[in-house]
Amino acid sequence: MIEGRTGPWETVIGLEVHAQVVSKAKLFSGAATNFGAEPNTQVSPVDAAFPGILPVINRFCVEQAVKTGLGLDAEIRFESVFDRKNYFYPDLPPGYQISQYQQPVVGRGKVVLGMPDGTTREIGITRLHLEQDAGKSLHDQHPTLSYVDLNRAGIALMEIVSEPDLRSAEEAGIYLRKLRSILRYLGTCDGNMEEGSLRCDCNVSVRRPGEPYGTRCEIKNLNSVRHVMQAIEHEARRQIEIIEEGGTIAQQTRLFDAGRGITRPMRSKEEAHDYRYFPDPDLSPLVLDPEWVARLRAELPELPDTKKARFVSAYGLSPDDAGVLVAEKETAGFFERVAAGREPKAAANWIMGDLFGALHRLGVGIEASPVSAEQLGALLDLIADGTISGRLAKDVFAEMVASGADPGAIVEAKGMRQVSDSAAIEAALDTVLAAQADKVAEFRAGRDKLYGFFVGQIMRATEGKANPALVNELLRKKLRGESGGAR
Amino acid sequence: MSDPSLLTLTLAEARDGLARKSFSARELTAAYNDAVSEIEPLNAYITPTPERALAMADAADHRLAEGEALPLDGIPIAVKDLYCTKGVLTTAASHILDGFHPPYESTVTDKLWQSGAVMLGKANLDEFAMGSSNTTSWYGPVENPWRRPGDNRPLVPGGSSGGSAAAVAARAALAATGTDTGGSIRQPASFCGIVGLKPTYGRCSRWGVVAYASSLDHPGPLTRTVRDAAIMLRAMSGHDPKDSTSAPVPVPDFEAALTGDIRGLRIGIPKEYRVDAMPAEIEELWHRGVEWLRAAGGELVEISLPMTKYALPTYYIIAPAEASSNLARYDGVRFGLRVEGDTIDEMYELTRAAGFGAEVRRRVLIGTYVLSAGYYDAYYLKAQQVRTLIARDFVAAFERVDCLLAPTAPSAAFAIGEKTEDPIAMYLNDVFTVPANLAGVPAIAVPVGLSGDGLPLGLQIIGRAFDEETVLRVGEVLESAAQFRYLPSFVAGGGR
Repeated sequence: MIEGRTGPWETVIGLEVHAQVVSKAKLFSGAATNFGAEPNTQVSPVDAAFPGILPVINRFCVEQAVKTGLGLDAEIRFESVFDRKNYFYPDLPPGYQISQYQQPVVGRGKVVLGMPDGTTREIGITRLHLEQDAGKSLHDQHPTLSYVDLNRAGIALMEIVSEPDLRSAEEAGIYLRKLRSILRYLGTCDGNMEEGSLRCDCNVSVRRPGEPYGTRCEIKNLNSVRHVMQAIEHEARRQIEIIEEGGTIAQQTRLFDAGRGITRPMRSKEEAHDYRYFPDPDLSPLVLDPEWVARLRAELPELPDTKKARFVSAYGLSPDDAGVLVAEKETAGFFERVAAGREPKAAANWIMGDLFGALHRLGVGIEASPVSAEQLGALLDLIADGTISGRLAKDVFAEMVASGADPGAIVEAKGMRQVSDSAAIEAALDTVLAAQADKVAEFRAGRDKLYGFFVGQIMRATEGKANPALVNELLRKKLRGESGGAR
Repeated sequence: MSDPSLLTLTLAEARDGLARKSFSARELTAAYNDAVSEIEPLNAYITPTPERALAMADAADHRLAEGEALPLDGIPIAVKDLYCTKGVLTTAASHILDGFHPPYESTVTDKLWQSGAVMLGKANLDEFAMGSSNTTSWYGPVENPWRRPGDNRPLVPGGSSGGSAAAVAARAALAATGTDTGGSIRQPASFCGIVGLKPTYGRCSRWGVVAYASSLDHPGPLTRTVRDAAIMLRAMSGHDPKDSTSAPVPVPDFEAALTGDIRGLRIGIPKEYRVDAMPAEIEELWHRGVEWLRAAGGELVEISLPMTKYALPTYYIIAPAEASSNLARYDGVRFGLRVEGDTIDEMYELTRAAGFGAEVRRRVLIGTYVLSAGYYDAYYLKAQQVRTLIARDFVAAFERVDCLLAPTAPSAAFAIGEKTEDPIAMYLNDVFTVPANLAGVPAIAVPVGLSGDGLPLGLQIIGRAFDEETVLRVGEVLESAAQFRYLPSFVAGGGR
């Protein structure tokens, strides 16, 4: 709810997400789909729309779309139709985009959001359809001419349309992250927004609570969660301001200016299209075998919600911790490898604390972590068997991040093995107490606070390697024993 | 000097002669290369390829000598210039494809070359196959080798496969590939006194054939005899994974279907094909066809295809709609003609205005209109519904009969400029051919007689989907009965 000058307003948001399908080949051609290739090196005659060349559906892309539909708990349509969306642009070689208009491959589904207050919200999915991406126009290569790179032309996209169920920029952000997480779990989209694998159009309107929907504006082509949230926030406030000043909202398509954090209208010419959709006569309707779909359903990987529930029940994690760990498939896998045969809570804490901190400082994801799950597990084992103290483990971990070495090797090389030999600790203790005889006297006179000082001195003398439990035990005995011995 | 007597052979005879080594593929091809030059005044070829033809003939001779002959080894044919041929100029008879040399070969022509056929050149056509008279070509009209006796006015060969038909009729190709979207194989075959076969939709791959209207385009052969059509069709057919609309059905030995025996076969006479203003001589010829087939043992029955009268308007909505989208790729950006402009929109407009002729522009405009928001339901969607009903007419008819007999065109060839000014009169020429395209069923046009002014007229046999065998069998019986032995006034080699 946004508080306007005249009262509270509700923001109504629906998202259209364009997710690039993970596939080696394009939707209707065998050309490659690698990101960052030299311009026009991944183009077949289909992508360049040469005369007489025909599209043939890439079965794998259909499989990816169906898997995504299943992951969104959606209706799979056993017959769907590819249509042509006609418009002229140099990066659209055939003069039409092959898309699915009236009969998409996936119908209604849903995404469940975990809200910050611990509740859940169900967001409806209207549809998912397959379509081709366009190429890329390059306007900065020549003073008067534009260049076209067709590497992207024909790559398979899934357009995933949500119901207008989202109510704030924050919710939209949560939805987008959750959708991205599901896609990545399914392996159907890599979710890489920087490379444009996931792009988003936002439909935004505002209304008084309880009133019918207001007029919406569409903000096109947002490529980060942050931009989506900023654009929605700004657009909602812009609309509220107009209405509160007695104006009305004109339905229009807008662009987000990330530099200024505002939305502005597209030139009207850019949106004045009559796409003349009609079924593509080069392609028969897409007919799916129900048995094949059932097989895909059976082979579906465990998705974040199920995994989270399992992490809570099987590992005894809190829902919050489980939620953090399952957000990324890689993190969840990392956790399970560390937790195998170990204390799950310790594994979770190390991952969410020290490891996330280190990854954040390095600016890398968990898949590029300098510390492997096996190495972190080994570190936990060293703590568990008393080889090192928890405190020392932090130093070992820092060294692991820096060098990538195994914790055992670091402990050995640096002599960080915990000293649990009571004779050695006692010797160090004697040295410290002898050197601090006056403090010992003060302690015995009743300055209890000095106990911690002695512990610190002993740990320093042993370079932190002394087993803290043993130090406590011996120190207490010593301080008590000395006084007893005087008798 | 080559041996012009070789030009009188049919494809089947030439094949057998090559097998018997009565002559070599090189001799046959040399004769046809000369014929191609000789008929230059007809403008039937856009790009002759004589050197390539001889090289292909030599390769065929080599195989023939080694006893490894292929089914069409050494058979010189013309290729409608709508089929992409690797490295050979491919124009679709349009200015907009100036200088376009495809880096690929169409599936059908590739199959023909794999069968040993020899390419004489690329045949003229109506621009983008849009026309019934071959007068819309950027490379100029094709002339029919036939003339009315005592009348020197050049006649149209029909269209859009006019160059293919004229070349075969004038003995400047043993056979030719064509495409039939609304009659573009059968009508020119009829106008030029030869055989034209439109197979079932999906029988011959469309891959590499420049698209006019994807759901209606049918590649197929034009030949001098029904047997030749059967031989050509076998080589051109087969499932192609590169064409999603290609049918995964086996290819029969069509020639083996030519048994000459049609006893007991039920042949329907569609009463709705008796249209107003049809010349009496065509009606009369149709009647003679009925008698011939009955005499051969066929059971002739009148049947009804009630949706026939909607076929033409349906066709002239669907075909332009698909064309308007199919032709959007000719934008000056990647290949062919480009006329520079100050903006990208201006470049598009200037390029397409200069590159497309009047008939193509007309159909692109009609197609764009019928697909527009607000008109789609009234035109395109309605036309698709009617198309379904037309197809059902055929399905219902083929429950009662094995094939249909009908005229091919409502007239004989007309003079260049006679009807070409009035697009509606021109479109009416497709009235008998269009229904089979909408239904996707096979049909063969066979020359059966001459009009009062001495021009060829044809009848067509229309059959069930993927039953080209019956169509060919009945077609051959019709051919034998009609004994059409007339020759055009202009044939290569001068023979009469």
